[in-house]
Formats: sequence, structure tokens, C-alpha cells
Amino acid sequence: MLDIPRHSLNAMLVVLALLLIATTCRLLLARINPDKDYTELRQRIQSWWWMIGILFVCLIVSPTTAIILFAFISFLALKEFFSIVPTRQADRRVLFWAYLSIPIQYYLVSIGWYGMFIIFIPVYVFLLLPMRMVLIGETKGFIHSAGVIHWAVMLTVFCLSHIAYLLVLPIKNHEAGSIGLVIFLLFMTQLNDVSQFIWGKLLGKHKIIPKVSPNKTWEGFIGGVLTIGLVSGFVGPYLTPMTFQFSLLSGLIISISGFIGDVVISSIKRDLEIKDSGSLIPGHGGILDRCDSLIFTAPLFFHFFYYMNY
Amino acid sequence: MDRILKILFFALIVRPIVFVVLGLNVRGKPNLPTEGPAVIAANHNSHLDTMVLMSLYPLSKLHQVRPVAAADYFLKNRFLSWFALKCVGIIPINRTGRQRKRELFAGCHSALDNSEILILFPEGSRGNPEEMSEIKRGIYHIVNDRNDTRVTPVMLHGLGRALPRGEALLVPFNCDVIIGDQLPKAETAEHLVNAIQDSFLELQKYCITRSQV
Repeated sequence: MLDIPRHSLNAMLVVLALLLIATTCRLLLARINPDKDYTELRQRIQSWWWMIGILFVCLIVSPTTAIILFAFISFLALKEFFSIVPTRQADRRVLFWAYLSIPIQYYLVSIGWYGMFIIFIPVYVFLLLPMRMVLIGETKGFIHSAGVIHWAVMLTVFCLSHIAYLLVLPIKNHEAGSIGLVIFLLFMTQLNDVSQFIWGKLLGKHKIIPKVSPNKTWEGFIGGVLTIGLVSGFVGPYLTPMTFQFSLLSGLIISISGFIGDVVISSIKRDLEIKDSGSLIPGHGGILDRCDSLIFTAPLFFHFFYYMNY
Repeated sequence: MDRILKILFFALIVRPIVFVVLGLNVRGKPNLPTEGPAVIAANHNSHLDTMVLMSLYPLSKLHQVRPVAAADYFLKNRFLSWFALKCVGIIPINRTGRQRKRELFAGCHSALDNSEILILFPEGSRGNPEEMSEIKRGIYHIVNDRNDTRVTPVMLHGLGRALPRGEALLVPFNCDVIIGDQLPKAETAEHLVNAIQDSFLELQKYCITRSQV
């Protein structure tokens, strides 16, 4: 079947099977309690089908297609960020330049120029954007704007582009290919959200940061970390070139940083007094609501993996 | 022929811009009138306002949705007037104030008689980015003697950042489109103006995009 490495293909099939189970459960639930409203659950699962469908098709077609998809996701996330966070009318042109960093950053990914990929946004964009702001000349609110705009580009373009860079690293596990790494990272990040939620529901008692997220508990957090560590330990050697120990460690990194990403984006929304960052994905909210953990897990997993293997 | 032109223009150019380059946070979609005669009253900050509101309708309904727009601006040269009349399908209105009310709104009335949906910007002009200006009374004279036509208020936010007046560079932003409940029939022009004003303020609370610091 096409040219997908065997392990990655199997992983995709497992994910699709999980989705099928979720859909079946939802239909059964609706059958058992016909009076209850399951609209949100239905939308959520339906959106999952779409997101995973688009991702898998892009991954299967070619690495370039997948890189374009991630660039597009960065665009949507950056746009959402600029829309919910107040920016000055004077900064319109600066924001336009910030958007231009997306094609450049992902072009650097596609040609595999690691040195430039890793400094382009933290150095060049960082220094260029305030220069563009100076040319406009509006100094009222300058510090705030410079900070917000660069932070947005770092989170949504720089951090997210690390997922795409996994696709151009030299392949070490030929059974899984580079797709395996991407699926590993995305799957573990999303599973982490789910398992922290479930452990929290089951055992949650002691609040971890009540001011930001009143529903997050120590039990959920620790349960999630242990679950993801263990699952990663077993799945890692199959989908990545890592051994059991290193896979387990990377699972811990994903789980802890995923939690941090989640609460950081939550704090942004709390600050702005909004519940969702957008309404792009029915049942989930905006793209930032969905990518919150990924923004933190992608670069941290990437650099751990890169340091250990390259 | 005109209908095909309009559909092509919206399918190939407007919708990709509205849904991809921009992006909409729509609330209250069920409140949107799907059958005419009806009037949509929205606040006005950008040329994109019309495009966004028209994109809420399916392509098959597009020919029934008619924005009311200033004749002095949109009919000022041949290209622009061809574009405004054929591609968008505006109902031109004279802003100079020298005409009688009957003549002035004749185009609006005949469109409503044809069960069309009018898009009106009762502020009259785009004004400063993301600022509300005073609501004009004209809208009252359009709906006043019609028992079949109600006004639906729509609050738009964020488009004045994406493409404000006097700018040619479109910068991507998500925009809020909050559709309110249909307003009851108003007794006087003042009542209607106040009702629109109040509902704009109410709908504004649901916007999640922010502009100024």
C-alpha cells in the first residue's frame, strides 16, 4: 500500500480504530440515554475524524505536503493569536511581516537547513520586527506590542515548526520512517490530554493551580505522567529509533510539557476573559485550544530526541 | 448571466478570502434571516463587512442578498460601478440628501417587494477603525411602512483591523460575526435607532477578538 513504512501504517490504523471505537461508544450512549444532549460530544468526535483524516492524507502524500499542512496550521494559530490579543492599529504592517516569517521558516524546514531553522525566528525575526515598528514610529505601547508580537511568532511558528522538522531528519528507524516520529509526538501529546483528564476525573482531589485551571489536579497530572511515560516506553521503540528507556524519558517530557502548554494557553484566555480562542473546530474551539499542549511538547521533544540521536 | 458572475466571484475570490485569509467566529447563526423580505443592519468598518455578511449565505441564495451602498462612492467610475452592480449586486443609494424619501429608497422597496434580503449599514460610512459612529434614521424609512419586514442586527468586529478605510494592504485576522434577535416593529425612527444601538452594544459583549490596547 502506497509507500508508507509498515510501522507507521499500523500506527495510523490503530488511531483510526480508536476513532471508530469512540464513534461507536457515542452512538451507544445516544441509544441508551436518548434524552441527553450529546451534540458537543458528537461535534468533538466528528472534528477528530476531520483533523486526523487531513493529517494522515498529508503525511501519506509526501513530506512536503505535510510540511505545508503544518505551515498552514501555524498560520491559523498565529492569526488566532493576533485576533484575540489586543494589538495596536499602527501595528498592522508589523503583523503582516510577522506572517511572512511562516513561509520562510517552513521553507528552511523543507530544505533541512537546521542552523538557520533554529535561529531565524529567535534572532532575525526578533530583531527585525521592532525595526519595522520603529519605521512606523508609533511609540505609545511600543514595549507591549514588541513583546506580544514576538511571543506570538515564537509560540505559533517557531515552536510548532519543530513538528515539521521531524520529517526531514535523516531516517534511523526504517520500519517507521519519519512519519513514525510525527505520529508518536502527536499521539502522545493528545493521549496525555485525555489521560490527565481521565485520571483527574477518577481520583482528582488536590488542586494543582486553582487560579488558572480549577479542574486540574495533582492526581490527574501524576496519573497522566505515569501513563504516558509507560505507553511511550512501549510505543517508542516501534515508531522511533529510541530504546525503551529513552522512549520512557521522552514520554515524561511530553507529558509534563504538555501540561504546561495547556495551562499557559489557559492563562492567556483567562487574562482576556474568553473561554475559547476561536470557533474553527466544532466541539473543540479554536486552533490554539487544540494545539496548546503541542506548542510546548513539539520543541522539547524535538530537542531531546535530536540531542540523543544526532 | 449576472447570477453566474456573482456566484463565480464569491466562490473563487470572496469565500477563500473570508474563510481562509480571514476567519469567522460566528454566533447566533440561526438568527440570520434566510428568506426575504428582511433587513440586516450591521455596523460598518471595512469594505469586507459586505463580503463577510454575503458569505454567510449559500451560493444558491446569493442573488437574493443585496447590500445597500453609496452611489457617490461605488458608481464613481465605470469599472467600479460594473463591479458593484454586477459582481456584488448592490442597491445604490444617493447620500447627498437632495432626493425625496420615496425616490431615495425606491430601489430598496422594490428589492424587498421581490422578497430579497437587504444589507444595510445604518452608520452610513465606515468611519474610524473599530469605532461606532452615530446611527442614521434612513433605515426607519425603509422598514416603516412595511409590515412584512423586520430588522436583524449584526455586530461585526475585527474587520476594521484587517482592512480599514484608506488602506490597501489586507492583514489576516479572525473576525467576530454576532447575529442578534430580530427587532420588534418600532413606532418612531428614534425607537428603531435606539433599539439598533442597544442591540449592537449587547452583541459586542460576545466578541472574542480585541483591537486596541
